[in-house]
Amino acid sequence: MSDQKLQSHTVQTTGHAWDGDLQEYNNPLPTWWVYTFYATVVFALIYWTIYPSWPFGKGWIGGLSDVTYVNSEGVTRTHSWNTRALYLADQNEAVAAQKPYFDKVDSMSYQQIANDPEMNGFILSAGKALFADNCAPCHQAGGQGVVGFFPNLTDDDWLYGGSFEKIHETLVQGRRGYMPAFSEVLAADQIDALANYVASQAGLANDAAKARAGDALFHSETAACFYCHGVDAKGRKEIGAPNLTDKVWLWANVPAAEGDESKVVAIRNVIASGLNKGVMPAWAGRLSPEQIKVLTVYVHELGGGL
Amino acid sequence: MQQGLEDQVALYQKRIPIFTRSVKGSFRRFKTSVLVLAYAIYFLLPWMPWSRADAPSQALLFDLPGRRFLIFGLTVYPQDVIWLALLLFIAAILLFFVTGLVGRAFCGYFCFQTLWTDFFIWIEYRIQGERPARVRLYRQAWDREKVLKLGATHAAWLLVSFWTGMTFVAYFAYAPELVWDFFTGQAAAAAYITVAVLTFSTYAAAGLMREQICTYVCPYGRFQSVMYEPETLAVHYDARRGEGTQGRAVVRAGRGIALERRKSARADAVATERRHQVLSQSERALADRRNQGIGDCVDCGLCVQVCPVGIDIRDGLQYKCISCGLCIDACNTIMDSFGFPRGLIRYDSEKNLASPQPVKAGLHWKRLKIIGYGVALVLMSGYLAYSVATRGSFDRAVTQIRQPLYVVLSDGDIRNRYQIRITNKAGEAQRYRITATGIPPHALDLGNFSEITIKPGHSGLVQASVRLTPEQTETLRGFELTITPLGRPEEARSEYVRFDRPGGTP
Repeated sequence: MSDQKLQSHTVQTTGHAWDGDLQEYNNPLPTWWVYTFYATVVFALIYWTIYPSWPFGKGWIGGLSDVTYVNSEGVTRTHSWNTRALYLADQNEAVAAQKPYFDKVDSMSYQQIANDPEMNGFILSAGKALFADNCAPCHQAGGQGVVGFFPNLTDDDWLYGGSFEKIHETLVQGRRGYMPAFSEVLAADQIDALANYVASQAGLANDAAKARAGDALFHSETAACFYCHGVDAKGRKEIGAPNLTDKVWLWANVPAAEGDESKVVAIRNVIASGLNKGVMPAWAGRLSPEQIKVLTVYVHELGGGL
Repeated sequence: MQQGLEDQVALYQKRIPIFTRSVKGSFRRFKTSVLVLAYAIYFLLPWMPWSRADAPSQALLFDLPGRRFLIFGLTVYPQDVIWLALLLFIAAILLFFVTGLVGRAFCGYFCFQTLWTDFFIWIEYRIQGERPARVRLYRQAWDREKVLKLGATHAAWLLVSFWTGMTFVAYFAYAPELVWDFFTGQAAAAAYITVAVLTFSTYAAAGLMREQICTYVCPYGRFQSVMYEPETLAVHYDARRGEGTQGRAVVRAGRGIALERRKSARADAVATERRHQVLSQSERALADRRNQGIGDCVDCGLCVQVCPVGIDIRDGLQYKCISCGLCIDACNTIMDSFGFPRGLIRYDSEKNLASPQPVKAGLHWKRLKIIGYGVALVLMSGYLAYSVATRGSFDRAVTQIRQPLYVVLSDGDIRNRYQIRITNKAGEAQRYRITATGIPPHALDLGNFSEITIKPGHSGLVQASVRLTPEQTETLRGFELTITPLGRPEEARSEYVRFDRPGGTP
C-alpha cells in the first residue's frame, strides 16, 4: 500500500543568523550520494594499499601486489605491480604454454613433425607468426617474394635446394647470391646473344641465330656461364646458381615484361649488370634452434620439396 | 539545526515501504507453481548428472575454458553462435507475442525479479508475520523483537542470495567440485567475484529495491507498454460496475451477508437451504446498492494491500502494474464473501470494457500484429529446431590462400593452395578424408594428410595444393572439395573453391 502524494519537507538552515535575520540554507547532498562518496574513499584506500600509489622519497609506494617474472637473461625478478612486469609475466606464461610443443619440435625429425596432424597445426600457426615477424618483410606475408628482389618461397624452384636440410642450412647460415656484371668483359652483341640463348632455353621467343651464337658463348671460356649455371643451364644448387630453363624468374622480371622483345631485354639487363643483392641474413643466434626448426618445416610446407 | 522557513517540494520521492498481504486464489496458485517450477529447474539443474566420455558428468555445463557449451546430449561450440542469435530472437518475439495477447504476463509471472521478490516476501511473511504485524514491526522502536526478526529476515535473504549466486556459478564448472573448492578457498577468483556480485545484487534487487527495479530500472516493462492494443487482455478494474453512478461504498454494518459461497456449496439439504438464503440476501443487498446508484466495489482496499508494486488498480491501467493478478484474487475473495459476482477486477480488454455491451473477455488473436509475431515465432523456432536436428558432426572452413593467389611452377604449371580447417563436434575422435571433384586425378596434393584424425572438440588444419597445367586452367574456374567422415558417408560436405591463374579474371 502506498501513499502517492509528493512528499514535501521543510528546508533546513545552517542555524546561524547574521545581521539579525540573514540565514543560510542547508541543502544536504542526497544520502545515497554521500554514501557512494564514502564508498569510493574506502575503495581508494584499498586500491592504494594493493597497487602502486604515492611518490615517496626517490621512489614510490609499491603496494602489496607483486609481480614475479623471469627476464630475458633468465633472472627471476619480483617487482611491485606494473604493467610492464605484468606483460613479462604473461610472456613467461605464454612461453611455458608453448614449451611442450617446442620440446616436441626439438625431439622429432622434420618428417615426423610434418606427419603429425597436431604438430602440423602448431607449425602452421606458430610458423606463421614467426614468419610474419622475421621473414615477411622481404619474402612477403604469404612467402610469395618480389620478382627482382626476394625469392618466391611458394613455388617449386629452389636456388639452394628445397629439402628440409637445405632450408635449415639457408636459415642458419644465410645466403649470398652473386653474379658478375658481364658488360665489363663482353660486348653488347655478345650479351644480346646470351640473352637470346637463355630465352630459348626457357621456352621464350628468340632470335634463333643469336641464340646459336649465345649457345657457343655460354659454353665458352670467354663468358664461362656454364661454370655456375651448368652445361645444361639448369643451375647448380650447391652455389645457388639458378636454373635458367624453367618458367620461374627471380632477377629478370620476365613475367611482367610486355612482348617478346622486352622479355629478352629483361634477361639482357641482368647479364649486363650482374647482381650482388641476393643476400639472406643468417638467423642462427637471432632465433632459437627450435624456432628455426619450426620455420624450416613451415617454409617447406609453403612449397618445398626439391 | 533550526526548523526551516518555507516548504520545498523534494526533488525525488523517498520510497514508501510496501507490506503486501498474502492472498489465496487461482492467480496466487499459478504464481506459486511457476515459482516452484522455476526454482526447481534453476537450483537443481547444475546437479543433474549426465554421462559423458570427455567432459564432467553434468547435464548443463558452460565450459568456458574449453570453449564449448554442454547442454544434455548436445555440445555447442562458439561457431554455433547463430543458435544463440536465433534463441534471443525467439525470446524477443515471444515476449512481443505474449504481451500483445495478455499484456505483461512475463513481468507478472515469469520474470526473475518477480520470482525472487515473491520468494523474499514469502520469507518476510514467514518470519515477521502477516501485513499488520509487519507494519507494526516497522513502526516499532528498535527493540529486541525487531532486531531479531529483521535480522533473521535479512540473514535468510542473504543466504538465498548467496545460493542463487553459487548456483549460477555452478553452471560454469563441475558443480560438486566447484562447491568444495569454493568453500576450501581453491576456486578461481572469477567464481568468488561472480558469487559476491550476484549475492549482493540479488539481495539488493529482491530484498531492498523490489518494485523500484520494475518502475525505474527495467526497460522491458516500459517498452512492453507500446505493445498493448485495445484488444490486449490486461488486469482491469471494471469501473462502470465498481463505481456505479454514485461511486464505491463500504457495506453498511449489520447487513450480515458475509458467508462464503464456496463453503455453502455443500450438497446437504441444510446447506442448500442456507445458500438460498444467503444468495437471496446478497442479491437483495446488491439490488439495494444498485438502486441507490452505488457501485459493487465495497472499498475494502484489499486489492491495494496485496499489490507488490503498491498501486491502486482502481485508478486504471498504469505503467507500474506488472499484471501479477493478485488483486484479482483479492477482489474475488471479497466478492465471494459478500456473495457478489466475481470479476470486478479481471483480465479484460480496454475495448471490451469501453463498449456499451461488454461481453465475456476472451483472447482476440485475429490481429495483424499477433499473427505476424506468431508466424515469426513459428518460423524461427522451426528453423532453430531444424538447424539443431540436422547439424553435422563437424564444421569445416575451406579458404583459398590469397598470398599469393597462384604460383607458376618451374615447368609452367599453376598451383593454388587452400587451407582446410575441420572441427570435430562429435563426442569421439573421428577420421576424415578429403577428396576433390572437378579436377583431374592426382592434381590434388594434401601433403601427408589425405586422411586426418581429429580429437573431439578439436580442430585440424590441412594444407591442400592443386596443380594444373596452363591448358587445364583455360576453362576451369573452380572445383569442389569434399570432406567425408569415415564410416559416415551421409555426412559428407562439399565446398566449392576457386582456382586462380595468371591473367585470369573470372
